[in-house]
Amino acid sequence: MARTPWRRPGRMVPSLLRSLFRHPATTRYPFVKWVMPEDFRGRPVVHTENCIGCKMCVRNCPSGAIDIEKVGEKQFEARIDLGRCVYCARCAEVCPKKTIELTKDFELAAFDRKTLKVVYDAPPPPAPAASPEAGPESDAGA
Amino acid sequence: MTVGSAVLSILVFPGFLFLVAFGLAGEFVDRKLYARLQNRQGPPWYQPLADFLKLLGKENVIPEDADRPTFRLAPVFALAAAVASILYIPLWSTTSVLPFEGDLIVVLYLLIIPTVAFFLGGWTSRSVFATIGAFRAITQVFAYEIPLFVALLAPALLANTWSISGIAAYYAGHPWLWLVNLLGFGVALVSLLGKLERVPFDTPEAETEIVAGSFTEYSGRRLAFFRLAIDCEAIVGASLVAAVFLPFGLGLSPALGILVYLAKVLFVLGILALLRTLFARLRIDQMVHFCWSVVAPIAFLQILINLVVRELI
Amino acid sequence: MPDKKRTVRVPIGPQHPALKEPESFMVDLQGEKITSVALRLGYNHRGIEKGCEERTYMQDLFLLERVCGICSHSHATAFIQAVEEIAGLEIPRRAKYIRMLIAELERIHSHLLWLGVAGHEIGFDTLLMYSWRDRELVMDLFAELTGNRVNYAMNTLGGVRRDIAPEQFPHIQKIVDALEERTKYYIELAMTEETLAQRLSGVGYLSKEDAIRLGAVGPTSRASGADRDTRRDDPYAAYDELDFKVITDDHCDVFGRTVVRLGELMQTYSMIRQILKQMPEGPIAVKAPLKIPAGEAVSRYEAPRGEDVHYVRANGTDKPERVKVRAPTLANTQSVAKMLEDGYLADLPIVVAAIDPCFSCTDRTIAVRGDRDSKTMGWEELVQYGVRWYRDRGVDPSRIKVRGDESA
Repeated sequence: MARTPWRRPGRMVPSLLRSLFRHPATTRYPFVKWVMPEDFRGRPVVHTENCIGCKMCVRNCPSGAIDIEKVGEKQFEARIDLGRCVYCARCAEVCPKKTIELTKDFELAAFDRKTLKVVYDAPPPPAPAASPEAGPESDAGA
Repeated sequence: MTVGSAVLSILVFPGFLFLVAFGLAGEFVDRKLYARLQNRQGPPWYQPLADFLKLLGKENVIPEDADRPTFRLAPVFALAAAVASILYIPLWSTTSVLPFEGDLIVVLYLLIIPTVAFFLGGWTSRSVFATIGAFRAITQVFAYEIPLFVALLAPALLANTWSISGIAAYYAGHPWLWLVNLLGFGVALVSLLGKLERVPFDTPEAETEIVAGSFTEYSGRRLAFFRLAIDCEAIVGASLVAAVFLPFGLGLSPALGILVYLAKVLFVLGILALLRTLFARLRIDQMVHFCWSVVAPIAFLQILINLVVRELI
Repeated sequence: MPDKKRTVRVPIGPQHPALKEPESFMVDLQGEKITSVALRLGYNHRGIEKGCEERTYMQDLFLLERVCGICSHSHATAFIQAVEEIAGLEIPRRAKYIRMLIAELERIHSHLLWLGVAGHEIGFDTLLMYSWRDRELVMDLFAELTGNRVNYAMNTLGGVRRDIAPEQFPHIQKIVDALEERTKYYIELAMTEETLAQRLSGVGYLSKEDAIRLGAVGPTSRASGADRDTRRDDPYAAYDELDFKVITDDHCDVFGRTVVRLGELMQTYSMIRQILKQMPEGPIAVKAPLKIPAGEAVSRYEAPRGEDVHYVRANGTDKPERVKVRAPTLANTQSVAKMLEDGYLADLPIVVAAIDPCFSCTDRTIAVRGDRDSKTMGWEELVQYGVRWYRDRGVDPSRIKVRGDESA
């Protein structure tokens, strides 16, 4: 690239003065909420009612963040350590039943490391007369 | 003047309290303008006060090898010199609180003291970064101080007086004559950037090279006072430049006069903020070279112009 | 005549505002002139190469991505290319193009980041704010395309994980057009702004012979006239189907490196347009085996900082036997001492920043030949050494309580 012979200081003045009258580019987060786009890899959520307990997610997780535990017949409980999770979505990819979904939730900072261990309860055992309900999910406290 | 009004002038108005409040407000204006020019939001109005109060509450650490008396007194000297000089600058009338023939020289002398205090503070800290910063601060003095003196001398030459109040009175009596001094105004602004250690002349406090320069080892209330001293020095410098180079609108009613004074000081601070945003930091050798090869000759040119104009009048 | 008594030793690093990552430069100063620089690496060593040996290939992909935040796709792609070569996998053309698209977008974000950091090091914060504001466009684009702003995790063994929908193409095009306008402004600024030229020109001089001798790669070597670019010399992905110029410059100083990086940005915009136009249809991944047959491969990749070399050795199981990463900054760091010779202290931050250092990438295990002080230890011996080292300093490991959790 040829060097322009005419060099002077203060080249940015027009651009600076324009910025003065423009709206600032700053987003006033956290007073203004920031929504991530679709398919953002945020906090993983396990829909335990579809889980079959194959533990493919446990085997494939790069950081050992997820654990599946059997609590009854066809009832599995999922524990995710959000501190260890790297949000790579490998568990969601390898699950044969597509049980795991990565939400758009990214505000996961907590004061206490224990609250980062999230438990997704197993669905209740199917009652003989009533129809089975979807299992409640316990939320991370943050 | 009575003892009571003297104490009031020194401590409240236009002395310590007024200067501190205006200094913090000036820092806010500078930071907000700096941010807006960069398309950012900038801090809220209470940010400089919040920073000051936060620093007051922090732990005071003195390095083991440091020379304790000088280390402790340096911030106090800096602040005291900055506050003392406001008494000799006419703000919105043609007289300051204590006018006398020669107060221009006294003010210039008092304004060097903060830089010497920075040097002493950095030197006695016995830390490598502080020593380098102190060296650079003193080297810079040799570069910008001469153009500043010469540029402030020019209007005094034309007005035939060594008193700032005298200068203000002279130009109030000869309207539009201050336009002759515009070159000197430019030189004074550039030198003020050096005195206040602002980009492009902030090598004494280059954050990415020597951590914080002279202030590296300072913490807690001493750092708070150093920063307050810089803020007050900015206001005093801006008032001095406004009084010597923009001496119009004096002699109005006090209310209107205060507004004109505030406008002038904010205008000077605004230009300083713009210059801060515009340039990169110059190395110390580049800075000295620039000041002696460009700024000083323009200052001497201004003296020449004023001598010619004085003969013509 | 240099006076030995008046030399001051200034520790730049490991903690220093000039450095974005810990690195130790022990600088000997006389006044403002630098007389010698002693470099020390290793503060960022995290044991990633060892960690790779205990994880499967797919898990290693995510681990190696986190070697560096700025060039994460470089490391992931270089690794997976080596593994695919060992396994004999031929990935679909669309996957190659998507990898190239993400790679070029990463180059944009890395060079804009560099521009901001360079501005900050010379006290020009306005350039920092402006270029990082423009970089936000690319970061948001990454969040839409890949699901995250950094650590994109686009690669999988045999191709890529996510497809780029045709509806996203105009959006990418618009962002590239906006960035091209901004980059033209930065090029003009670099040419005409006086204080920038004063700080960047004549600083950090590295002649062409020194650049080749000391093994500089990437924009550092291209600014000294050494014409090397892995995308052209050893094409990977589908770079042999793209038409681009390799930007070189003969200023040999920091200004030259700025010019090279800005020029590369302009080339990248044209490359992205070609990629979007030529994107082939087809699948995005092939099925990959779990166990990779025995073999070894070396994979080279042109990261934004230079040539990134990955060596992988497989032994027939589902975990690699050895993974070795040679980051571009390791090759460039050796030229820093040469560049700083007879320089000023004030130039040290910008000279170090001009090689675009990423010390997180750099700190892997290296064996220095001919060094009498070094020793090679096995794993068990290293553990014993660590225990002894702490005990000699009065730390009793049995009395350490870990606060908090008891679970694994």
